[in-house]
Amino acid sequence: MAVEGKTIDALSQFELKTVLGPIGEAVGFTQSTAHMALAAGLITLLVMFGMASRAVVPGRLQSLTESAYEFVHGIVTAQVGDEGKRFFPFVFTLFMFVLFGNMLGLLPYAFTYTSHIAVTFTLAAIVFVLITVVALALHGKKFFGYFFPEGAPLWLAPIIIPVEVVSYLSRPISLSIRLFANMVAGHVMLKVFATFIVLLGGLGAVGPFVAVLPLTVNVALVGFEILVAFLQAYVFAILTSIYLHDAVHLH
Amino acid sequence: MPDKNSFEARLRKARARRGVETPPGQSGPTPPNALGIGFRAGVEVVSALIAGLGLGWLLDRLLGTWPWLFLLFFVFGGVAGVLNVYRLFNPRRVGRDTQDRPPG
Repeated sequence: MAVEGKTIDALSQFELKTVLGPIGEAVGFTQSTAHMALAAGLITLLVMFGMASRAVVPGRLQSLTESAYEFVHGIVTAQVGDEGKRFFPFVFTLFMFVLFGNMLGLLPYAFTYTSHIAVTFTLAAIVFVLITVVALALHGKKFFGYFFPEGAPLWLAPIIIPVEVVSYLSRPISLSIRLFANMVAGHVMLKVFATFIVLLGGLGAVGPFVAVLPLTVNVALVGFEILVAFLQAYVFAILTSIYLHDAVHLH
Repeated sequence: MPDKNSFEARLRKARARRGVETPPGQSGPTPPNALGIGFRAGVEVVSALIAGLGLGWLLDRLLGTWPWLFLLFFVFGGVAGVLNVYRLFNPRRVGRDTQDRPPG
């Protein structure tokens, strides 16, 4: 699949295909949707079974659940403050969904749903709508003062206000592009080096020895991708918390 | 309770010395590297440009002034991109909370 006529085909891994036969085809149930459902199921199972025993001295699964919980809880309380605790379920869901999407995508034959901008932009749009609604609900009309800092000269308003509005609107775009671009770049690199292994391996007697080089690179890349997968979920959660802080406190 | 406070302070100092607790302000799982910072800044500029162009195009479509607002908001998008990068390195709330410089 990767090597077709000795060319590098790194982008076909992102193509959407329907699964579940004719039923999936009829309703447009793609492997991306299937992986999302799988991630949601795994997260639910992790939390349910992880917290089922409620031991004082946690077992392995319970410690994993508790450390995930406390990690996100730490992010939210550190960034938003005590008022942020009511947004914890939202940020936790978002973090786990992105993290599982990134991590599941690293398994062989799996699909990375966070490598599609449609998915990441939808997540970012939910965050954007939430922060705007929270800011409007908590501060009412004062929210619009956000776009014009007090103390700035009034004649600068025609410049400052559009710039601030554009800057505010760019938040969901930067949030979604960052995640999507990182996942696409990582998976393209993995595929390119994997194709090198196959292409170099076919170079006669010396081939298998040269092919060890891209194999080494790929092993390192997989480790790097695990780091990126975690880091991007962390960045997504922390930026959501920072935006929530802005919405709650409004400077 | 002065005793408890001094104990807390000593505990914190000991934990920081042992590297158990990182001092506040250096949060985050990994220290940022140059490539990461460059990528983040690039994403901020590109997304601000996209937002500016989108908003300009939308306003033009509503008002029928194509292409003037589109061009104007291209400039606003560029300015907002620079502003985003500036805020990436100088977060707003630090300047507001310390109150050691005039706003703006």
